[in-house]
Amino acid sequence: MAAVSSMSKMYGLCFRAVRQTAGLKAYRLLQRRGFRVTVLQLQQTFDSSLEKPQFPGASAEFVDQLEFIQPNVISGIPVYRVMDRQGNIINPSQDPQLSKETVLNFYQKMTMLNTMDRILYESQRQGRISFYMTNYGEEGTHIGSAAALDPNDLVFGQYREAGVLMYRGFSLDHFMAQCYANADDLGKGRQMPVHYGSKDLNFVTISSPLATQIPQAAGAAYAVKRENTNRAVICYFGEGAASEGDAHAGFNFSATLECPLIFFCRNNGYAISTPTNEQYRGDGIAARGPGYGMLSIRVDGNDVFAVYNATKEARRRAVAENQPFLIEAMTYRIGHHSTSDDSSAYRSVDEVNYWDKQDHPISRLRHYMTARGWWSEDDERSWRKQSRKTVMEAFERAERRLKPNPELLFTDVYQEMIPSLNKQRESLWRHVQQYKENYPLDLYEK
Amino acid sequence: MAAAARLFLRGANSKLSIAPGSLGTTLLKLSPNCSSRTKTQRRHAAHFTFQPDPVPSQYGPTQKMNLFQSITSALDNTLASDPTAVIFGEDVAFGGVFRCTVGLRDKYGKDRVFNTPLCEQGIVGFGIGVAVAGATAIAEIQFADYIFPAFDQIVNEAAKYRYRSGNMFDCGNLTIRAPWGCVGHGSLYHSQSPEAFFAHCPGLKVVIPRSPIQAKGLLLSCIADKNPCIFFEPKILYRAAVEQVPEDPYTIPLSQAEVLQEGSDVTLVAWGTQIHVLKEVASMAQEKLGVSCEVIDLQTILPWDIETVCKSVVKTGRLLISHEAPVTGGFASEISSTVQEECFLNLEAPISRVCGYDTPFPHIFEPFYIPDKWKCFEAIKKMINY
Repeated sequence: MAAVSSMSKMYGLCFRAVRQTAGLKAYRLLQRRGFRVTVLQLQQTFDSSLEKPQFPGASAEFVDQLEFIQPNVISGIPVYRVMDRQGNIINPSQDPQLSKETVLNFYQKMTMLNTMDRILYESQRQGRISFYMTNYGEEGTHIGSAAALDPNDLVFGQYREAGVLMYRGFSLDHFMAQCYANADDLGKGRQMPVHYGSKDLNFVTISSPLATQIPQAAGAAYAVKRENTNRAVICYFGEGAASEGDAHAGFNFSATLECPLIFFCRNNGYAISTPTNEQYRGDGIAARGPGYGMLSIRVDGNDVFAVYNATKEARRRAVAENQPFLIEAMTYRIGHHSTSDDSSAYRSVDEVNYWDKQDHPISRLRHYMTARGWWSEDDERSWRKQSRKTVMEAFERAERRLKPNPELLFTDVYQEMIPSLNKQRESLWRHVQQYKENYPLDLYEK
Repeated sequence: MAAAARLFLRGANSKLSIAPGSLGTTLLKLSPNCSSRTKTQRRHAAHFTFQPDPVPSQYGPTQKMNLFQSITSALDNTLASDPTAVIFGEDVAFGGVFRCTVGLRDKYGKDRVFNTPLCEQGIVGFGIGVAVAGATAIAEIQFADYIFPAFDQIVNEAAKYRYRSGNMFDCGNLTIRAPWGCVGHGSLYHSQSPEAFFAHCPGLKVVIPRSPIQAKGLLLSCIADKNPCIFFEPKILYRAAVEQVPEDPYTIPLSQAEVLQEGSDVTLVAWGTQIHVLKEVASMAQEKLGVSCEVIDLQTILPWDIETVCKSVVKTGRLLISHEAPVTGGFASEISSTVQEECFLNLEAPISRVCGYDTPFPHIFEPFYIPDKWKCFEAIKKMINY
C-alpha cells in the first residue's frame, strides 16, 4: 500500500506490514479464516556465530552509527482522497462508482442528520432536552464508513457517530426518544442525550467515559472471529480519546490477538477546547499504528468516497486476514463540543467558517451529484423542506410522549431483581405516595 | 505499573541456598556453627489451620484437589461444555503463576486459552467485549492488587452495561478471577483484599470462596451467572487447602451465606481465609469461655445475604465481623450498618469488627497486622462481658 511504503521510507527501516521475524523461519499456514500460526510458537535457536541480533524482542540488523530516528511530523503520513474540495474526482480509478441511488442515499442521510442536529440543538437551547451534541462537519466520516460495512458488523462508538446509526436505519423517533428520554427510548431513559444504542442495528450503546470502547471492540472482534461468520467490528473514537490508556490497550490487544477490527479515528482538530498540538506531538493517530504492528492509513474525512474506499478495503482485509486496521479520518468539528460549550472561547469564527463554507462533506458530495445531473436546485429545495418536516413531526411526537415508568429506575441493574434493591424500590414507592405533590408524577407513565 | 516484580510464590518451606549451575552462582555455604535457620530467618507458620469440609456425596465421584486444582477443574468443565468460553490474562498459557490454568491450553487450544499483553485495563476491557459479543469470557488478573487499572472498565463499564443500554446489551458472560488476600510475605502489593471497593458498585457480583469445594462450585456459578462477576481466590489456600472435590461440574448458589456451625451466643461472620481463623476462634471460645459461636461464611460479598446474617444476630444478639482488609470502609462496616438497622433491639453489645489496620499491608509486620485468632478471641470476650 502506498501509505505503508512511504512509511518505510520515512522510518528507514525494513518495515513489514505483516508480522514476520527476520531471524526465524517464519511461515504462514494456509490463510484460513482460522488462526495464523504466530512465530512465537516456533522454538527460536540462538546462534552467536551469526552477526545478526539474536534478541527475542526485536528483529532488525545491527548498525554502528549513533542516530536517533526522526519522528516525521513535518511531512507526515499523506491524506488519501478521491474528490477535490469541489467534488471533482481526481483519479478516476479511485471513484467507487456507486449507483445514483446509493449516492443520493448518502446525501440524504448526511443532510437529514444535519437537519436533526439543528433542531435538537435548538431544542436544548429552549430547555426541551437537557443536552445535545451535533455532528456538523463530520457527516462524511459517518456515512462513508457505515456504507462500507455489513449491517451485521458490530459498531462501538464514542458519541459523535449518529450518522452511522442513521445510515443503518435508526428512526428519527428513536433518536428523539433517547434525547427526550421518553417512554419510547430503547435505553429506558437512563442516559443523557446522544447516548444511543440499538441491538437490532448492531450499534453498542454509547457510554460517556472516553476510549473504554476500544479494548472492548478488540474483545468483541476476537469473539466474532471465533464464530467464523464473516463479521467485522468497527470502533470509532476521536483523536483526544486516542490519548487514553484504553486506546493503547485496545490497539495492542487487537494486534497481538489478531482481531478482525477496524479502528476509525475521527481527528476533528479539537477535544473540547484542546487543539491537536496539545493532544499529541507525533504525527497524529495514524503514525501510531505501525508501532503496534498495525496497517494504517490517513484519509480525508470530508471526502465520503475516500472514507468509503478505505473502510471497505480495511473491512475486507480485516476479515480475510484477521488483523486490525487503523483509519485516521481527518476532518473538522464545525460545531461546539456540545450544548455546554461555546467554542468561540478558543477558536476564531473565521476558522470555523472556512470549513463550513469551503471544505464540507455535504457540499462536496452535492457538487459530485450535480456534476452528474443527479441533483438539482429544485431537488435540494424540496428535499430540505421534506426532511425538515419529517424531523419536526418526529420532534413533536417526542415532545408529547410521557417519560418511562419510574419502576425502570430499579430494573436491569442485574439480570434479576435482588431482594435489597426490591426493598429500596418499595421504600421509594411508599415515600412517593406520601409526598406525591413534590414529585413530577404526571410526566411519567404509570 | 503492575509490571514491577511479580513474586513466583514457592511453598512455605523454600530453602535459603541457591543451587550451582550454568548461571554461575555458588552454593551459599553456612558455617558449621550456624543452625540452618536462625531465629530471625525462621518464617512464621500460617496463622490458621485449614480444616477440609466433609466429602460431598451429592455431586458424583470426587478427587483430591487443592485450591488451584479445583479452579483448574472448574475451568476445564467450562471449556468442555461451553464452546464459546475463553480464558485469558497474563501468563495463563503456560499454566499461570499459580498453576490455575495448567494443561488447559494443550487440551482446548491456543485460541481458547491465551496470554494477553501486560495491561489490566486491556484485559478487562477485552473481556467485556468478548462477553458483549455473546461469548463466555474468563479474565485473570494476576494479583487482586493489580486490578485497579481496570477499575474504570469494571465500575463504569461492566457493572453498568445492562442498565445503561436498557437491557439491549450486557456483559453477564464476564467473570474476572484474581488471587486475593494475605500470604505471609506478600506485603503491599501481593496481599490486598479489595472487595470493599467493588462492593460499592451496583451491577457487579463479588464472590470469595473459603476452600476448594466451595471455589469450584462458586466459580462455576459465577461463570453461569448472567451478571459480571469478580471471583477472588485466597492465594494462601492455593496449595494449603486440600479437599475431596467432585470432578463433575456443580454449582453453589450465589448470595447465600452458609452457616458452618450453629451457636447461640455470638455470630461470627467472615469470608475466604478468615473463615478458618474464625473456626478456630469458635473452638477457643467454647473451650475457654464456654461461649457458643455461630460461624457464617458470607461467600458472596455483593449482593450479600442480609437475611441469613440478621436471622443469626436476632438469635445470638452479638456480631463479630472479621476481614484482612483495612477496617475503615471495609466490608464489615456495611454489614455492621445494615445489621444495626435491622436488629438494633436484639443487640446485646456493639457490633465488633476485627480487621486489618488502616495502613498499607506491611511486609515484616504482617504477624502484627492481620486479624488473628487472638484478636478475635479478645473481641468476643469483650462482647460477652459488655
